[in-house]
Amino acid sequence: MPKPQKSVSDRLHLQADVLVLGGGPSAAWAAVAAAESGAKVVLADKGYLGTSGATAPSNTGTWCVPPGDNRHAVVERRWQRTGELADPRWMLRCVDTAYRNLLRLSEWGYPFPSEDDGRLYIANLRGPDYMRFMRRRVLLAGVTVLDHHPALELLSDGDAIVGAAGVVRQIGQDWRVDANAVVLATGGCAFRERILGATGLTGDGYLMAAEAGASLSGMEFTGKYTLAPYGSSLNKGLPFRWASFHREDGSPILGPTGEPLRNGIGDREEEVARALIVGPVYARLDQAEPALQGWLRQGQPNCFVPYDRAGIDPFSELFRITLRAEGTVRGTGGINIVSDDCATGVPGLYVAGDAASREMMTGAVSGGGAVNSSWALASGWWAGKGASTHAQRRTGKAFRSAVQSLGQAGLHPASSASADISAGEVIEAVRSEVTPLDKNFFRTGEGLEKSGERLESVWRDVRDHLQGEGLDRVRTREAASIAAAGRWSVAAALHRTESRGMHRRTDLPGKSPAFAHRLVITGVDAFRIAGAPERLAELAS
Amino acid sequence: MIEIVSATRCVECDICVKVCPANVFDATDNGVPVIARHEDCQTCFLCEIYCPTDALYVAEFAEGPTGITEAQADARQLFGSYARGLGWKRGKAGGSEFDPTHRIRVAQ
Ligand SMILES: Cc1cc2nc3c(=O)[nH]c(=O)nc-3n(C[C@H](O)[C@H](O)[C@H](O)COP(=O)(O)OP(=O)(O)OC[C@H]3O[C@@H](n4cnc5c(N)ncnc54)[C@H](O)[C@@H]3O)c2cc1C
Ligand code: SF4
Ligand code: SF4
Repeated sequence: MPKPQKSVSDRLHLQADVLVLGGGPSAAWAAVAAAESGAKVVLADKGYLGTSGATAPSNTGTWCVPPGDNRHAVVERRWQRTGELADPRWMLRCVDTAYRNLLRLSEWGYPFPSEDDGRLYIANLRGPDYMRFMRRRVLLAGVTVLDHHPALELLSDGDAIVGAAGVVRQIGQDWRVDANAVVLATGGCAFRERILGATGLTGDGYLMAAEAGASLSGMEFTGKYTLAPYGSSLNKGLPFRWASFHREDGSPILGPTGEPLRNGIGDREEEVARALIVGPVYARLDQAEPALQGWLRQGQPNCFVPYDRAGIDPFSELFRITLRAEGTVRGTGGINIVSDDCATGVPGLYVAGDAASREMMTGAVSGGGAVNSSWALASGWWAGKGASTHAQRRTGKAFRSAVQSLGQAGLHPASSASADISAGEVIEAVRSEVTPLDKNFFRTGEGLEKSGERLESVWRDVRDHLQGEGLDRVRTREAASIAAAGRWSVAAALHRTESRGMHRRTDLPGKSPAFAHRLVITGVDAFRIAGAPERLAELAS
Repeated sequence: MIEIVSATRCVECDICVKVCPANVFDATDNGVPVIARHEDCQTCFLCEIYCPTDALYVAEFAEGPTGITEAQADARQLFGSYARGLGWKRGKAGGSEFDPTHRIRVAQ
């Protein structure tokens, strides 16, 4: 176990082989994998390992493909839906590793439900139970868990990433962990939308990685929204698979064939989005027959919490709905992975889960609903192994005391700190460009140009003047991360002059063969966007 | 958002202070925890299910307070209702083995 040492500044100072940042499933799997390879592991989470992140409050279906002959066919079928940006090789290795880890869960005694024939059904993980179980496994593996320890910045020795620093938010003390490798498992960026699990998902890992020199990819794919009862946090689409949709005057919303819409998820979110731009929309789960109603209630109890508490019977009464923006959480963008062990290209820095780009897995369409949770199971494992291998190679090198802190925006402003700029205002300014349906669900070149200019000016203010002290640094850093993610997202969306998957350009409908590749962004303040056509070569082979 | 910490039910174990992922509560020296950062609540309902005495109530509206009182929530038996839906009891996990979600996926 790493021993805490009090340094001169009286901050918590630990040493480890591998430091994992995050407390969702990908962080948990990374920590277990690294510890199983013999590494001393510290896990630092902004929240509490067990309840934080997008999985813990939800009920996640996995992409569970047992080994066997039709695996290739299953992957091929899914690939067809990814807007040609996914990579079947990554998809195959992901389902393999995810399946092995699902079996591992069952060997460890996770209480899976059974099918009628008595076999365990391992393809679904109930969030609160799963993450509570993973906390125990992480502790059993000997990992030192630091809850409520948000990371603010990475540390570098000039050649490699050698740790991170942050603040213990319930005490107000600073912390620093020196480590031979760091795994970023900090989740996606939900732009402070009030969706399940999203308070802590502010894209901190993207900014930290970009400051260290890593690239991002797929940031234009932030056009995924999910239905929820109006004003609630319940962004779970599943019950709306069996719903009808109505305008204020009671008229039904029609699907593409002119028939009333009876299923509001997947591509049909488009009709609902169009109606929501014009006025309020109401739904009723009237397509679910009684048996299904019971399964929905029992299997997705949190979906019914808003109705029960508001005193509504959603199967027989109309209720108002909304589409919640989900940023990169159900989008696909994130930190670019350069090798099979989830390395970022920056020595010592690895990435897992929603913090990583999931384009290899799911391309231009959302991986929510199955792929993302399998990706967390698999990428966490690979990143944990990759980080511990890297750490072993470095063992023996003494930690240099003269490390460089890499954090800039929101921590160390380029110019003078200013009291005129607040984290809350920055976040609101970004939200007004990247969450409205008529700007971000449906996009136009003109609209994106305008958003881009506004975000550029927000970013300049953040870069030059936003700074916090003490605990406030968590907020200023979150605001800086949200501003950076919004700016990257709009810039990439402007660059992709076509429509593909959840990137819907109404002025440029349809895919362009010239854009059948990923867009990779490098740099923080001055960044460049480049295509990644090598993926095409991989697809062809 | 989180709205009620019931002083009559709370046993001052401070579990909610520890497990809330958004760090909404503050422990107090000799009393029930306080809702210190209401704005940060992400309406995830997880504090409710970890509380050993069903002393917490999170209202369904995620954008601001609804003003529901303890007496109202009590009369409608809303305390602990999400935990009962899941099969969790007294802050302990349970019920995932009865999750029928696979039937929903087949119907889908
Ligand atoms: C409502 C909902 C339902 C979903 N359902 C499904 C589904 O059915 N199937 C599916 O495949 N996927 C689903 N998803 C997606 C799935 O939940 C995510 O892909 C998964 O949680 C990603 O895991 P993760 O560990 O990478 O990130 P998360 O679980 O989001 O965890 C990120 C962690 O990083 C921590 N963190 C953030 N910043 C910092 C920092 N600065 N320092 C330290 N820690 C930090 C956070 O506290 C958090 O613990 C759903 C998502 C939502 C929101
Ligand atoms: S978890 Fe429940 S009993 Fe414990 S301090 Fe919080 S409200 Fe009180
Ligand atoms: S609902 Fe979630 S975020 Fe809100 S107080 Fe409870 S645990 Fe914290």
